Amino acid sequence: MALKIIASTCTGCSACEPECPNVAIREKGGVFIIDPAKCTECEGHYDDPQCVAVCPVDGCIVKV
Amino acid sequence: MSTSTAAGAMPAKTYVSIGQIKPLGAKLDEIPDAGGGCSSHGGEGKASCGSSGGPDDMPSEIWDKVKNHPCYSEEAHHHYARMHVAVAPACNIQCNYCNRKYDCSNESRPGVVSQKLTPEQAVKKVVAVASEIPQMTVLGVAGPGDSLANPKKTFDTFRMLQEQAPDIKLCISTNGLALPDHVDEICKYNVDHVTITINMVDPAVGEKIYPWIFWDHKRVTGYEAAKILHERQMLGLEMLTARGVLTKINSVLIPGINDEHLIEVNREVKKRGAFLHNIMPLISEAEHGTVFGLTGQRGPTAQELKAVQDACMGGANLMRHCRQCRADAVGLLGEDRSEEFTLDKIEQMEVVYDLDRRRAYQDRVETERQAQHEAKQEALAAAGAIEVADDLKVLVAVATKGGGRVNEHFGHVTEFQIFEVSAREALFVGHRRVDLYCQGGFGDDEQLPSVVKAINDCHAVLVAKIGGCPRDELLQAGIEPVDQYVNEFIEKAALDWFNDYRGRIASGAVVHQDRGDAQIRQGAFTGAAQAA
Repeated sequence: MALKIIASTCTGCSACEPECPNVAIREKGGVFIIDPAKCTECEGHYDDPQCVAVCPVDGCIVKV
Repeated sequence: MSTSTAAGAMPAKTYVSIGQIKPLGAKLDEIPDAGGGCSSHGGEGKASCGSSGGPDDMPSEIWDKVKNHPCYSEEAHHHYARMHVAVAPACNIQCNYCNRKYDCSNESRPGVVSQKLTPEQAVKKVVAVASEIPQMTVLGVAGPGDSLANPKKTFDTFRMLQEQAPDIKLCISTNGLALPDHVDEICKYNVDHVTITINMVDPAVGEKIYPWIFWDHKRVTGYEAAKILHERQMLGLEMLTARGVLTKINSVLIPGINDEHLIEVNREVKKRGAFLHNIMPLISEAEHGTVFGLTGQRGPTAQELKAVQDACMGGANLMRHCRQCRADAVGLLGEDRSEEFTLDKIEQMEVVYDLDRRRAYQDRVETERQAQHEAKQEALAAAGAIEVADDLKVLVAVATKGGGRVNEHFGHVTEFQIFEVSAREALFVGHRRVDLYCQGGFGDDEQLPSVVKAINDCHAVLVAKIGGCPRDELLQAGIEPVDQYVNEFIEKAALDWFNDYRGRIASGAVVHQDRGDAQIRQGAFTGAAQAA
């Protein structure tokens, strides 16, 4: 279970990066990527995945 | 308010109240062939010192803070420059008038940048610009997201910059959601100017503007989101006022959503100590991809904007000289030199930060400005301000390239200054952007209707020079082209013209008619337009 960022719609705004409780998000080539090995979809931390909640582009972050 | 004068005048006294604002938009379609007489003139206005105030209008400690900040002092913006660095791309709320994905070099509006910067790159850029443009006195972090949703990047930039360029004033712009958490840090870095965007003081209005906020690890929507945002904005404003930090409130005027409501916003922010209130027109072209752009929510007309601004006079001081610049703008307000300072160009610059040279230059600017101020006062004292019983007021558009004088050719204008003139005073009330009429020596007749639309609510246009063709067409549209006040101070020229106009009304030579509405040009003030 993990989430991924669809690179073509990512604006590179970085809002998701500091919100991730697993430090699974980093910048790559102007957009952000999620390390699937670290992502827990925020289970055990928060009710909702934080990156999805803060992302300004609807549908940019989806389940793998 | 506008009234007809005695002799031979039309009995058309029309006052547009805020409640009547909306239907005005429809009148714009009629503008190109309007021969005057379509009746609207915005709201009543008491004299306001506002941001146009000078040293005589405010306590000296406040004057010291604003005198070289172009956004906080109308007078300063002719002399001092500012820059924004785009170190804060993330945002913690969503606004229906904002789309941060969009970027285009021909586009110029808040929230838009071409190049994101790390704090290190930003500091390098600021130092390079400050060396090149010694009158650049202010650095702002204005997004493209929210400065305080990226606190580390924002404050890292300030900390590093203070070490290298201690004389540069720092300011931030924020939506206010995170503001109360950062007031200590704001004070620590001597940020003494904070702009908060406040579009409502009632969550029922707010929920039409903000679809969601990110708050306490949740996406909050609807009324509750707007309520939290509102409470945080008010708390933040009160905390800044208590610490003596100057605040400017930006409000986006969205017809049908918060137009009348902004009067209440003005009252509430004034009560909490806001120094300045800047009411800006919504920018909502469909191609920007914002929610409002896509739903067809229109921006206000010039008279709608003015009516709300006028209704707020007497409340918090109004800023009338905002150009709604980009989040990475560089230069004087109304000019954008960001293209000269892209990262690769900075790399090749030899940068020497010479504090003494900057100070010497700014001293010269200050001397020149003082001389200008005094000359203007002298000219105004000699101007024919007369005591009369009526309160006739008209708008005039002015072609100027600076120095506070009528000194620009009509065909070279990309931005008119608008003054409201009565027998007693000529008051600066705003700018109007236009497309350049004169392209390479030839007047472009297709541009003229758009120029007329932009100043259609004006009775006259004061210019240094104007060609025969545009002169005739302006006259036909009911706008008097005036070129006999070349190089005079604008206020004096406007008063003299107005007294002459009154004389002509009294003698029956002209019949005074109220003017129609005008259109606010959406979008870009580009470097290209200015260079042309």
